Amino acid sequence: MKKLLAAATLALSVSTSGLAFAEPLKIGMITTLSGGGAGLGIDTRDGFMLAIKNSGNKDVTVVTEDDAQKPELAVQIADKMIQSDQVDILTGIVWSNLLMAVAPSAVAQGKFYVSTNAAPAALAGANCNKLYFNAAYQNDNLHEAMGEYANKSYKKMFILAPNYPAGKDSLTGFKRYYKGELASEVYTQVGQTDYAAEIAQMRASGADGIFVFLPGGMGIAFMKQFAQSGVKIPVMGPGFSFSQDVLPAIGDAALGAKASGQWAPDFDNEASKKFLADFQKEYGRLPSIYAVQAYDAAQLILSAAAKATVKDADAFGAELRKADIKSPRGKFKFNTNQHPIQDIYLTEVVKQNGVLTNKTVEKIFTDHKDAYAKDCKI
Amino acid sequence: MTRENLINLILAMLLLAVPVAANWLGQPFYVTLATRVAILALAATGLNLALGLGGLVSFGHAAFFGLGGYVAGILASHGFSGEPLVFGFSGTNQMWVIWPVAVVLAGLVGLAIGAISLRTSGVYFIMITLAFAQMVYYFAVSWPAYGGEDGLSILVRNQFPGVMTMRPMSFFLICYVILLTGIGLFAVIRASRFGSALQAARQNEVRVATVGIQPYRIRLTGFIVSAMMTGLAGALFADLNRFVSPSMLSWHMSGELIVLIILGGTGRLFGPLAGAALYVAFEYALGGITERWQFFLGLILLLVVLFARGGLLGLLAGRARHG
Amino acid sequence: MTLALALEQLLNGLQLGVMLFLMAAGLTLIFGVMGLINLAHGSLYMVGAFACATVAAWTGSFWIGLVASLACAAAAGALVELLIIRRLYDRDHLDQVLATFALILMFSEGMRWLFGSFPLYLDIPPLLQGAVPLPGGTEYPVYRLAIIAAGAAVAFGLYMLISRTRLGMRIRAGESDREMIGALGVDIRTLYTVVFALGAALAGLAGALVGALQSVQVGMGEPVLILAFVVIVIGGIGSIKGALLGALLVGVTDTMGRFLLPKILALFVPPAQAGMIGGAAASMLIYIVMALILAVKPRGLFPAAHA
Repeated sequence: MKKLLAAATLALSVSTSGLAFAEPLKIGMITTLSGGGAGLGIDTRDGFMLAIKNSGNKDVTVVTEDDAQKPELAVQIADKMIQSDQVDILTGIVWSNLLMAVAPSAVAQGKFYVSTNAAPAALAGANCNKLYFNAAYQNDNLHEAMGEYANKSYKKMFILAPNYPAGKDSLTGFKRYYKGELASEVYTQVGQTDYAAEIAQMRASGADGIFVFLPGGMGIAFMKQFAQSGVKIPVMGPGFSFSQDVLPAIGDAALGAKASGQWAPDFDNEASKKFLADFQKEYGRLPSIYAVQAYDAAQLILSAAAKATVKDADAFGAELRKADIKSPRGKFKFNTNQHPIQDIYLTEVVKQNGVLTNKTVEKIFTDHKDAYAKDCKI
Repeated sequence: MTRENLINLILAMLLLAVPVAANWLGQPFYVTLATRVAILALAATGLNLALGLGGLVSFGHAAFFGLGGYVAGILASHGFSGEPLVFGFSGTNQMWVIWPVAVVLAGLVGLAIGAISLRTSGVYFIMITLAFAQMVYYFAVSWPAYGGEDGLSILVRNQFPGVMTMRPMSFFLICYVILLTGIGLFAVIRASRFGSALQAARQNEVRVATVGIQPYRIRLTGFIVSAMMTGLAGALFADLNRFVSPSMLSWHMSGELIVLIILGGTGRLFGPLAGAALYVAFEYALGGITERWQFFLGLILLLVVLFARGGLLGLLAGRARHG
Repeated sequence: MTLALALEQLLNGLQLGVMLFLMAAGLTLIFGVMGLINLAHGSLYMVGAFACATVAAWTGSFWIGLVASLACAAAAGALVELLIIRRLYDRDHLDQVLATFALILMFSEGMRWLFGSFPLYLDIPPLLQGAVPLPGGTEYPVYRLAIIAAGAAVAFGLYMLISRTRLGMRIRAGESDREMIGALGVDIRTLYTVVFALGAALAGLAGALVGALQSVQVGMGEPVLILAFVVIVIGGIGSIKGALLGALLVGVTDTMGRFLLPKILALFVPPAQAGMIGGAAASMLIYIVMALILAVKPRGLFPAAHA
């Protein structure tokens, strides 16, 4: 019965968003489709477009362009989309540094920005903006969750991140909740590919747990090298360290790694099951967490556009803030700074039918909020 | 008027006409694009002093470009927050203060890098300038005070007395005037005794030394002036994007500046402008057609190097008079 | 800090150095013989890694993949030489820099076209899995020891090739006087293609060996390329001996800098800051070393005869 009800509400929500909008809506998506980071951008685009396609709505156009992970290019594209294409909403940027180049000036020009991933602290606190929404998380959240989890079973942690703002936010977030002793706090070079020196320090440190934040290729390199080192200390990290975009490249070396995430493919709710099935049917692969975040961002935009015109920024913003969507993550609400309030789970890398994926273990945080919302005056 | 001068004049008029027309037609984005062309052309004109006249293939001019950008960004952020900078100086959002600071700092760093690098020559020079730029790049990525890898936003474009800089057309005109001044300066230097010595040092070092000119000093001076102009362009670029980040310092940027010069025509007065216009047009047009635009951009560059020696101006105006 | 940890870090530095040597040897050989500066060397490294990963995934054997990486990188090198590079020998370095910069753009985007945007999987062969004990009670990965051994073997092989074989004789002759060996009836065009393919194969080998430890992805060659240039500039461009010593110097300096600088700084400032500032300083260290060496010896430690 419950299932039937859920299916019915889902059908209902699809049909309401299937209605034509009061006015056509134009969305500009700037994301990384070329170069080393293209995997994340492609998942972002595909997740976003899946939601648009599912809605069946003909009044939405999405203009997509590649930023090649270069901030200057992202700025140029944003200028073009705003000045030439006349988009109403911008979205899609994966990286914090590109977001910082684009979002502040986009909202200053009166455009909405709905972030599908990047969520720097600088835009969550005193510099928050009523036109800026984040559908993913706040950068610190997943690291905070691992700090909370580490309290339970670890007494002496070795923590490591790249030497750039997101890396510092990461370790700050971890330390905000972790109460035990720190064996060492190490910052590595951005884009570093050899971690032998750091692994040797881990071995010698006497730590009983290791927390690493190394996104993309850095994490792949670290996990492979760590598996060969003979060091037996458990490794954990935020969800993107073991997300679906990197797991196949790490291989079995990732088995057993613990991570935090707002979503995993085994989530037992209707929206998640439908999303997973649709995504696999459409693109023939498992979606990563970036795809989910972009999918929700598109759903949020559609839900608001169904009830208000984007030309009326206050009304549209108010509808967005209601977050009236069926997220694969389950619960999803916006905080006062327009960043999510959501549950965060512990996941573990397992092998199912020969495919590496993340399995949910337990809930770490319920209705988790970020630490910056109190400084935000909207 | 020679054929090349005529083409130069047409180029200069075109760069003005396109944004004026775009502005009139209500397409401000093309004004932004033209501004980008003007700024990149200025940066490349700076590099052309070292590379075209002096034969100094600097693969590290992104260091000066980024430095200028960071001067604009850092002064603006202190001006915004009101926090004092070093030695009791305060920040500012006035371009006429930012520009001299950017020029002087780029010159000083140019002196330091040039003094060591110019002891070497040929491939060593290419590589050591690259290494210095990488050093500055990694410093900017790792240093937390001004945003590190995330870069630094300039929330409101810096001011110039009597001009509404936030309006694309006004800011374009500022950049356009500075570009023409820079190109004029290049012409004056090329025709001067110093310029002759710099070119002579490229063509025959021994002969220059025998007439009592020290090639090292001439080159160092040329390198410093070159760094200053590129630094100024960096400050403008930061204001165009209202943002500065380490990617302005990356070796790809250094490579792009060289590309601009070669596309237009090495050592030519208007080569950098022609190259910048062509490059931005390629990037914009190809980016709109295909996701694989970088592949085709590479292909075009390769064809230009292999078959169109002398670049765009070489094709249009024939071989350069000087070697 | 224990002696065992210091020993382990020294080995790590050595291994990084050996890996850089494989890249630098090809670069310096190509420059020494043909006077060509090849920015696309990092792309050949990437070709090697992709070939190894793809073939290893098909056949299930890392070793067949390794052979494939040598073959593919050599073939790609020979093809690029025949089509493009040979037009650049009598150009100045500026044209060479630009043309090979263009090649990087084409290779990177071309690989993404063929293999997609996601990193590929390449694992260490079962034979070389795991770690062996070191004196002092720590362990060291077998695979990293194998890389050191492979690098030593390549260095020895190159030495034998250049000093003992007919091809080596021609290479030495080409290094000292290019026109002369042409006049003596050596087919110089073929020699150049062979040398370029050899350099490419070394880069491909490095890519395959390192690919098993790192992430096989587009753009993986660029950071290594710049380090390899630092190596050959320190060593003296065109000198294989210089490349070897330069590679070991860079490898050990970089590893020890990353390891020791934060620890030294921690004596003066709080640990979190020491980590950040030390990390920043460590990433600049090898460039500082290079600038110092060139300030004293502008043509590197072992200047080649003509360069």
